Amino acid sequence: MTGIFRTLFMAAIAAFLAAPLVVVFGVALNAKRQLLFPPQGLSLRWYGELVTSEAWLIPVQNSLTIAFLSAFVALTVALPLAYFLWRYRVFYARALMALGVAPFILPPVITALGFLVFWATIGLYGALPAVVISHGIFFTTLPLMTVSLGLESIDREVIEAAETMGADERTVFLTVVLPLVRPYMISGYAFAFVLSLNEYIVAYMVAGFTVETLPIKIFNSLRYGYTPVMASVTVAFVALAVLVFSLIAYYGNLPRLLGAWVGEKE
Amino acid sequence: MIRGKPRGFLAHGPLAYPLLMLTVFFIAPFSTMLAVSFFHRVPGAFFEPGFELANYARFFSPFFLRVLGFSLSIAAIASVICVAVGFPFTYFMTRTSRRSQVVWLVLMLSVLSLSEVIIGFSWSTLLSRTAGVSNLLVWMSLMDQPVSWTPGLTALLLGMTYLAFPYTVLVLYPSLARLDPELPEAARTLGASPARTFLTVIVPLLRNAIMAALIMVFVFTLGVYLLPQVLGRPPHWTISVLITDQAIYQSNLPFSAAMAIFLMLVSLALVGVTLLISQKSRAAS
Repeated sequence: MTGIFRTLFMAAIAAFLAAPLVVVFGVALNAKRQLLFPPQGLSLRWYGELVTSEAWLIPVQNSLTIAFLSAFVALTVALPLAYFLWRYRVFYARALMALGVAPFILPPVITALGFLVFWATIGLYGALPAVVISHGIFFTTLPLMTVSLGLESIDREVIEAAETMGADERTVFLTVVLPLVRPYMISGYAFAFVLSLNEYIVAYMVAGFTVETLPIKIFNSLRYGYTPVMASVTVAFVALAVLVFSLIAYYGNLPRLLGAWVGEKE
Repeated sequence: MIRGKPRGFLAHGPLAYPLLMLTVFFIAPFSTMLAVSFFHRVPGAFFEPGFELANYARFFSPFFLRVLGFSLSIAAIASVICVAVGFPFTYFMTRTSRRSQVVWLVLMLSVLSLSEVIIGFSWSTLLSRTAGVSNLLVWMSLMDQPVSWTPGLTALLLGMTYLAFPYTVLVLYPSLARLDPELPEAARTLGASPARTFLTVIVPLLRNAIMAALIMVFVFTLGVYLLPQVLGRPPHWTISVLITDQAIYQSNLPFSAAMAIFLMLVSLALVGVTLLISQKSRAAS
């Protein structure tokens, strides 16, 4: 009895999560420029339009450029910070951590407005580098979390062994610490990359009228004319997210990365 | 030696770059925003420096109070639904095999990473007349003809629940995954039914985690800025939408900065309460 209830409950949740995506998958297959479900006729032209029509190709390029670069910025800010907080015991550690986590924990519209006012003041409002840096700071939290977790999992004895054998701090960092946290750096980068691709409000407030990213383009299409391309972009986004997180799960320990203690002895 | 005090100036070297970046691109923007919230608005232009409380005084207008009341209510309703459904769900999920947990987690992360724009678009399609669920009901002859269920309050609430559900699960996941499996087993051995075990052992045990999750999800849904525009009508606009609207379309940066500062203080206070709760529960265990 309880088993059936549990299965039904879990299935209902899965259906709730999948329902809007299933409809969007279907809508993307329409043969005509209509958002119908079930689709009328089958065609893949809306996926083609995503990479051939200039109106969509430019946002695709903008979004990819911003995501590649800003995830890198996020990682470069997070790595030394996480390393310092792990390496040394300082009384202001909590303040530093809070500073790294704050941009992400607060409602995003606040951070976005802060960036808008800031970039407008120094005259870079509307510039692509401004979006890259804003996203980089906004998503620093993610690599900060994953890299800190990776550093925590390093066996202290390994470090001590390296030090006993005469390695200085630099050598220990480059030859022991860095290789051990590399998987966590990659997952932090991947988290930041996917979230940057999807981010709307910061990009919109910093350069919404000059640098069109994919989420901005979709929102504009929502207002000024629906097209099935919106659905095919959505499918691409979902597919990419599933791919990236599956890779992280395959090569890493996802339950542990998300806070479970299971499988620590692997 | 690891975990020692940093000795000398050079040991602080790794901090230089992150601190510089966070100071220039995070603390400076926030300070600027705080300053602008006291500036004087110049209609037609942006603003001029000054010090006045006029922007904050507007909080006492009936319009703002109504928006604030609506934002708080809908965020509260959405977060209660998310935690009420998400807690048993996460409990069941953590009792499944490691492999199926990973599949669920990948699904949660994928949905969580989706932009509000995409979720708004997907739900507006799902609830629309041309492509929506009502077609399914017509096909099953439960309805005469397809109808549109968006925009509206129910659509907005569904969208917000959808947006916040994966977040809720991921916030609850650590405490439920770390729960000692022997506890429910002991309750079962002593003859309690699974439902009774859940209600009398698991829920009271994780009372603090549930409270903390409620607050975190509340802050999360308070930040919803786009769904009210896509799935709701203008009376359903929340404070986050109002901040965007004032900043971009009304070019009233001082007022929108004042609202952002207010929202930030509310959120920080709530996050502070969460930290207190988790510290208390750590001290207790």
